[in-house]
Amino acid sequence: MSSSAVMRTVPRSRGRGWKNARKWVLPIGGIAVMVVFLAPYVVMLLDALRPSGEVLATPPAFLPKTWTASAFVQVVSDPAFQNWLRTSLVVAVSATLIVILVAIPAAYFTARFSFRGRILFLGLVVVTQMFAPTSLVVGIYREFYDLGLINTYTALILTDAAFNIAFALWILQGFFSAIPKDIEEAAALDGCGRFGTMVRIMLPLTLPGIVTAVTFTFIAAWNEYVVALTLMQDDALKPLTVGISSYVTAYQQNWSQLFAASLIAIVPVVILFALIEKHLVGGMTAGAVK
Amino acid sequence: MGGRSRRQRRARGTASVAEALLWLGPALVLIVGIVLYPAITLVATSFGTYSITGLRKGDAGISNYTNFLTSPDLPRVIGNTGVWVGAVVVLTVLIGLALAQFLSKEFVGRRFVRWAVIVPWASALVISSQLFKLIYDYYHGVLNQLLLSLHIIQKPIDWLGDNHFTMASMIAVGVFVSVPFTAYLLVAGLNAIPADVYEAARIDGGSPWQIYRRITLPLLRPAILIGVVLNLIYVFNSFPVIWILNGSNPGFGNDTLITYMYKLAFRSAQHDVGLSAAAGVFNVLIILIAVGVYLRLVNWREGKEA
Repeated sequence: MSSSAVMRTVPRSRGRGWKNARKWVLPIGGIAVMVVFLAPYVVMLLDALRPSGEVLATPPAFLPKTWTASAFVQVVSDPAFQNWLRTSLVVAVSATLIVILVAIPAAYFTARFSFRGRILFLGLVVVTQMFAPTSLVVGIYREFYDLGLINTYTALILTDAAFNIAFALWILQGFFSAIPKDIEEAAALDGCGRFGTMVRIMLPLTLPGIVTAVTFTFIAAWNEYVVALTLMQDDALKPLTVGISSYVTAYQQNWSQLFAASLIAIVPVVILFALIEKHLVGGMTAGAVK
Repeated sequence: MGGRSRRQRRARGTASVAEALLWLGPALVLIVGIVLYPAITLVATSFGTYSITGLRKGDAGISNYTNFLTSPDLPRVIGNTGVWVGAVVVLTVLIGLALAQFLSKEFVGRRFVRWAVIVPWASALVISSQLFKLIYDYYHGVLNQLLLSLHIIQKPIDWLGDNHFTMASMIAVGVFVSVPFTAYLLVAGLNAIPADVYEAARIDGGSPWQIYRRITLPLLRPAILIGVVLNLIYVFNSFPVIWILNGSNPGFGNDTLITYMYKLAFRSAQHDVGLSAAAGVFNVLIILIAVGVYLRLVNWREGKEA
């Protein structure tokens, strides 16, 4: 309110002309930004909607000559694709469940209590967030090799869960800390134990945080590549990210199918990601030792 | 904000270590088992020799390390890593700053622009990389087609196969997928600057550029620093972009330390897990240094942000 009043009264180097112009300049700039970020994915969509042979035309045409959704039909009815999709779903859902189950008590406890080793624990969590599994992948491979868990969902689920505890923990910790202590004390007076207080009083209040943590973890596990590439060598057990690249190899070049499968893999998560937009930065940077 | 968080800190109850273990136990088990234990395994592996199928044949002493450090490919790989990380991080932060400034302005349709920016961030990196592999394609890619029709180039360029262009092409993709997070981070930083600071500066007659340089940039410094350090770590660790775009080139000419390490264990003819583990330890040490810097930064920020 007051800021616009001040802007109007204080003479500025760019005056009324700019104020009128920015009504047009900013949205036009916005369109330019959208074009830059979306253009590659528009290419992907247009290539998914034409026959594979046409993708490999020289020179390439921007718009398909033949519009067809056959690549989507082929991909969806391809048993290999169904296997990859199943792996992605099973792994992402299981990893998300594990993360939520272990992060809720940890977030609640570190938000509410001081104890020896608290800083050490939170520091450890930051380190897991910084160490994408990539740099440790040889160690992860050796561990699961020794355990005989190469080519199992278990190995992938555990890895995706462990490396994604941090985001859920920071988000939930923020929500738990924001709940006034009085509410909890009242619950304690009414005879709720610590665990009962958490489940019955605190969890409903942190629901938005839980939704954010669930969404982010699911997407992170869904998009994971390097660990799956390393551990899942059996074609039927690969997740989408690894499996779909077999549509384009030295021997066959089914670009339309690759991109149809890619779109099936990215459109749902892009929508989910946009829904938790507001909380993303907080969860990715809240590694402050609180 | 600061006052509230400090009050909360004082209000926190105390608990015994035993009780803490009960609540944190499951998380700890996962972190120790799947993050710390592989780190230890990595170190142990780096002192062993392994058959191609992965069986441990015996102790290698420090020979994996000496072989890694004296490898004729290493200088090139380190140079590539420096160029890759340096260029991607600098360009990402500069473009991210400009985009954040833009996205923090109010205008019609801003919400749609912000959603569009999310797309490369939410998409699996490996999928975006495969998409760019076709866009860059010498014969069938739209990039050459576009540049030819605009008369910017006279003949097609082999973006991924010609050594003059491979790294630059990969850097462009690296920037493209890193800018969204960075812009969002910096928008959050810009929103945290109180509006009255700007008003005061305007009343004092500051020009927009003066206000930006003297007020916005210094107040944005913590967010910029965090953006730089997080991007350093992410970009150093980045695997899919280089793995896919450089995938059809032989040798290690365009590899970074991360993809070099991966190839040593899983793609080179010798499948040398021990040597790769030595490279992995080297990488982990580099990341640890960056994490140390990050922790100092967020600690230093602690008072301001809850």
